[in-house]
Amino acid sequence: MSTLSLTSAFVLLFKRDLTLAYRRRAELVNPLLFFVLVTAMFPLGIGNDPVLIEKVGPGVVWVAALLSALLSLDAMFRSDYEDGALEQFMLSAHPVSILVLAKVLAHWMVTGLPLFIAAPLLAMMLHIPDEAIPTLMLTLILGTPVLSLIGSVGVALTVGLRRGGVLLSLLVLPLFVPVLIFATDAVHTASVGIPTTAQISILAAMLVGSLVLAPPATAASLRISLS
Amino acid sequence: MTSTLTDTASADCFEAKALVCIRDDRILFEDLSFSVNPGQALVLEGRNGSGKTSLLRILCGIRLPESGEIAWNGKDIFKLGPEFREHIAYLGHKDGHKPDLTPLENLRIAQGLGKAKTGIGLEEALEQVGLYGFEDVPTRNMSAGQQRRLAIARLLVTDAKLWILDEPFTSLDRMGIEHMERLFEAHLQRGGMAAMTTHHRVGFRDEIKLVRINLSER
Repeated sequence: MSTLSLTSAFVLLFKRDLTLAYRRRAELVNPLLFFVLVTAMFPLGIGNDPVLIEKVGPGVVWVAALLSALLSLDAMFRSDYEDGALEQFMLSAHPVSILVLAKVLAHWMVTGLPLFIAAPLLAMMLHIPDEAIPTLMLTLILGTPVLSLIGSVGVALTVGLRRGGVLLSLLVLPLFVPVLIFATDAVHTASVGIPTTAQISILAAMLVGSLVLAPPATAASLRISLS
Repeated sequence: MTSTLTDTASADCFEAKALVCIRDDRILFEDLSFSVNPGQALVLEGRNGSGKTSLLRILCGIRLPESGEIAWNGKDIFKLGPEFREHIAYLGHKDGHKPDLTPLENLRIAQGLGKAKTGIGLEEALEQVGLYGFEDVPTRNMSAGQQRRLAIARLLVTDAKLWILDEPFTSLDRMGIEHMERLFEAHLQRGGMAAMTTHHRVGFRDEIKLVRINLSER
């Protein structure tokens, strides 16, 4: 099998998922809207205390990003499972883990990337110091793909269940916690002017690790869900 | 790559040995063996719930049999993985295409998931199943029968040798059924193979050799 046809299958599937997302724009806005609303509501709930808001800011942004990722995860394989397209992927002449990677990447592009773009605005709203905003952005661009990748394994395991929502949260939230801890710690550290190389390196390591390990696990889980 | 060369040179063979399928503690079938050679079609019959769909899913490798072996040219299909899957096309209960995409987009993906750009052109495939002129209509706006036709068009755009068909004639009109039978016949006469279930009496020409298995009379 040529690498060329594998690459074209990857690109084809990636484009397919972006096209599908674009044709259902209304659902696309949901995770972003959730993210923006939660972070916007927080200062209203806490009251007029800039120091406190500054302290909880990074945590709020990251918890909102995490929950918004969780909210959008279920859609990753659901419709493909229901209309039988997933069976066709499993019977493809290409390695399923590569196809899974294309789908996860497309999913991240439409759910994770918008959060990254909206983050600086929300950071300013939450009084996160200017010098910490690049770090926040960096943690988001490294961390949100990890959420999508880890989430894909959980979704693949629960897609065959009629009400897999609660189970999905139980499965993946504990695995999201390390990302949350290192990401928020990095932003806190940056806001007091200390270098954040350690946290960023660990987040990057998590990304590389999940990039390598999650797709085969997702492919195997999908196989279990379908059989 | 030498193995694929010999594959095409020698006649392909698809066989199942001593398959057992258990679902919900009920034995659906056991000790089921058969082989399918180029030009032959396996036709599965049996009552509802006799395990026809389960067998087809086992044959294409989506589902694991409780025991037994399925071999493509003498090699276990689960060991072959993608090397086996490039030779098959599966048409399940569900059509397997996206309602939000047009027929042409759906076929392009089906072709991309196959091994390479082989098979006939996308437009030609649509024309062969009687969907000429529907290239750019969203698939969700098409009737159930038309959607089934699109699913059958998917079989034509890769050069899969073994077609695994689960009730391919669902929602097709009588003319459509006859037309699709001609398409399946043409595939078999080109040296293809098929494994199918149907409630409809298969009206293939006499020279097509059918392997009939009735799952509820075993």
